[in-house]
Amino acid sequence: MTKNAPIKPHSASNHNAAPLSLVNAHSDKKATIGLDLMTYEQLEEFGEELNTVRQRVLDDLGQKDADYIRRVIKAQKASEVLGRIGIFMPFFPPAFIAGILFLGLAKILDNMEIGHNVMHGQYDWMNDPMVDASRYEWDNIAPAKDWKHGHNYIHHTYTNIHGMDRDIGYNMFRIDEDQPWYASHRFNLPLAFILMLIFEWGIMYHGVELDQYLQGKITKEDFQGRKKRALKKIRKQVFKDYIAWPVLGIALVPFVGWWAPVAILVANIVANVIRNVWSFIIIFCGHFPAEVQTFAEEDAQNETRGQWYLRQLLGSANISGHKPFHVLTGNLSYQVEHHLFPDIPARRYPEVAEDVKLLVEKYGLQYNTGRLSKQVASVIRQLAKLGHKPDDPYKIGNSPESKALRRAKREAAAARREEEARAPQLTS
Amino acid sequence: MGIIRKALSSRPVASLTSPHTIDHYLDQIHPMLAAENVRARVVEVIQETGDASTVILRPNGAWKGFTPGQHVQFGVEVNGTRRIRCFSVSSSKAAKKDTFSVSVKAHPDGYVSQFLHNELQPRTIVYLSQAEGEFVLPRVVPDNLLLISGGSGITPVMSMIRTLRDSGHRGNVTFLHYARSNEDEMFTSDLDELAEQANVTVQRIYTRKPEPGVELKGRFHVDHLKHLGIDPTETLTYVCGPAGLIATVRDTYTELGAADQLRLEYFKVPSVDLDAADATGTLTFDDAKIEADNSGATILEQAEAAGLKPEFGCRMGVCNTCVVKKNHGAVRHVISNEISANTDETIKICVHVPVGDVNVAL
Repeated sequence: MTKNAPIKPHSASNHNAAPLSLVNAHSDKKATIGLDLMTYEQLEEFGEELNTVRQRVLDDLGQKDADYIRRVIKAQKASEVLGRIGIFMPFFPPAFIAGILFLGLAKILDNMEIGHNVMHGQYDWMNDPMVDASRYEWDNIAPAKDWKHGHNYIHHTYTNIHGMDRDIGYNMFRIDEDQPWYASHRFNLPLAFILMLIFEWGIMYHGVELDQYLQGKITKEDFQGRKKRALKKIRKQVFKDYIAWPVLGIALVPFVGWWAPVAILVANIVANVIRNVWSFIIIFCGHFPAEVQTFAEEDAQNETRGQWYLRQLLGSANISGHKPFHVLTGNLSYQVEHHLFPDIPARRYPEVAEDVKLLVEKYGLQYNTGRLSKQVASVIRQLAKLGHKPDDPYKIGNSPESKALRRAKREAAAARREEEARAPQLTS
Repeated sequence: MGIIRKALSSRPVASLTSPHTIDHYLDQIHPMLAAENVRARVVEVIQETGDASTVILRPNGAWKGFTPGQHVQFGVEVNGTRRIRCFSVSSSKAAKKDTFSVSVKAHPDGYVSQFLHNELQPRTIVYLSQAEGEFVLPRVVPDNLLLISGGSGITPVMSMIRTLRDSGHRGNVTFLHYARSNEDEMFTSDLDELAEQANVTVQRIYTRKPEPGVELKGRFHVDHLKHLGIDPTETLTYVCGPAGLIATVRDTYTELGAADQLRLEYFKVPSVDLDAADATGTLTFDDAKIEADNSGATILEQAEAAGLKPEFGCRMGVCNTCVVKKNHGAVRHVISNEISANTDETIKICVHVPVGDVNVAL
């Protein structure tokens, strides 16, 4: 049997590389993803059809898309300036509260419709340093560089593959039936609530990859680089929001009272929390509702572009809503379309969704979507349900049965490596 | 304005606007308003010849000025995409303070230069860099100066000679210019005017359509210098033009032992011979984990063919925008033909072709 040629990477999203196929160097076995739904030929055709959609949009990019992102940036900057002014009026509560809301809105726009999308390389074709993926840094504790690696490369390439996509439950929650259960998962819901409030710190910690370092999957230099960048970004963000701006508020003390800087500090904290809660909700609804599927590494190895697309389709969920809602989510409410085409400007997702729906109908596939309330409820139910200790001992991470299974797998892998090491000597 | 600009670019302000810069905010008020981003408004586009034009620009306050001989990265936005090329400043530093000009010959396949020549309208805002380049006059200009240019290589030299004129320079200046024909010559009326000055000798040589009565003919030759009474060992010489002209001048000066008097600037990347023997091996883009068979084109072109989007500016080895680290392998400079095989050196990928296996940090 001939081996599939690896999928060519999609060029425009080449920020810390994405998305390539998952190649198994030792086996020519074709990936089994989607074979229960379509034939192998249909899968290839499906891939071709989606490639055509992507190319059509890429060929059509131009002034309108440039104008759009600049309009959003303008709105973001205006909102930020209004917010900063508003929170300097703690003596006038309506302006103060409006200031907090504007600042929160500015951070949401910066992180989602601008930051997330720009850092995907969606606007690289404009060749404008202000919307260039390699240069953009967002108003968030997490440094852009490590976020791009973890998100654009790891998460968008190995979406929902157990053991590869670190975004399944963020090493913290049991959100999928196939994740092993540990005692800490009893606290799924309260932990999720806490993470929601401090989400930007969670993203930063996730990008430092301490777990990967402790497991020996990344080098010490890599880990230390991540740590250093994170500390630098923390310093800058904390200094700006929690020290510099409140200190400027000291000028208000003679007129307002000793508490003016404190009010400004609190306003900054609240604005960051508003952004944290909002982005947490949108992101958890993108992959964690019950109907979203996950995959095993063996099934995805040597996949074709069509299978890669199908995995993205089945592994994501949309949130329905009106246009302002979509802008506030950074169009991540079109999570399915975003995962199919991470590198095309997000404002194009509604248009692309029409093509995707036609293909979904044609092949009789599943298309996950629902209102925000429905998706949120589904995520909460999942977290609650999967936090309970399962009856099946193989689903419990540190049961004797699971340990034996892991040991057997480790030994099999070691044996295979040994065999390979011996193989060349036999042939020579 | 200087103090305000300094304050706006200061660290305390940067820490308040972090992770963005103050220019991200000022840009929303007006694109010309900036502490550091150089922008300019087009005042006028003058067609010099059938395919060359001069653009007069009024820069914003972030512009720090130029030294004659330097160039700028010039960006225009067309259908949402900013396209950038390097163009030489052609105006006099000593004349008007609030405007300057760049002059460009439109290349048949040069998108930006064609756009500039045919479509650029007055009042358009263009995106610039600060002036860059080492091909500049010394602070104290010696008494004997020779400027040699070929074709559109006249632009930086024109800026030099105009500046010397306007600043009342009294030393001898000889300007030797090669163009294909009189119709192809830029700045004709300026050159006529300069020729009337007592301390300036202007010698134009048309290589394809020689003017009747002109003794000097053809491409650059050592006899041309002799005819003009120039001693290369005692004359600071600037040469700008196509690689052929520069190579001949450099060889001549080396032979005469006058290489230290020579300052060079290339003005067009010679096309690369794709059948050359060094088009072998594999080019590896290490960061992107992509490998490609070496096609013999420049590393920049091969990277673009592989779907990467490296940064670039002039595409002719001048502006230093495209430098990347070469991890290992040998590369050949397409202009000087020099081969360098050091590991861990930085190279300008727009003017280097791989020789055999090469690995770059792209």
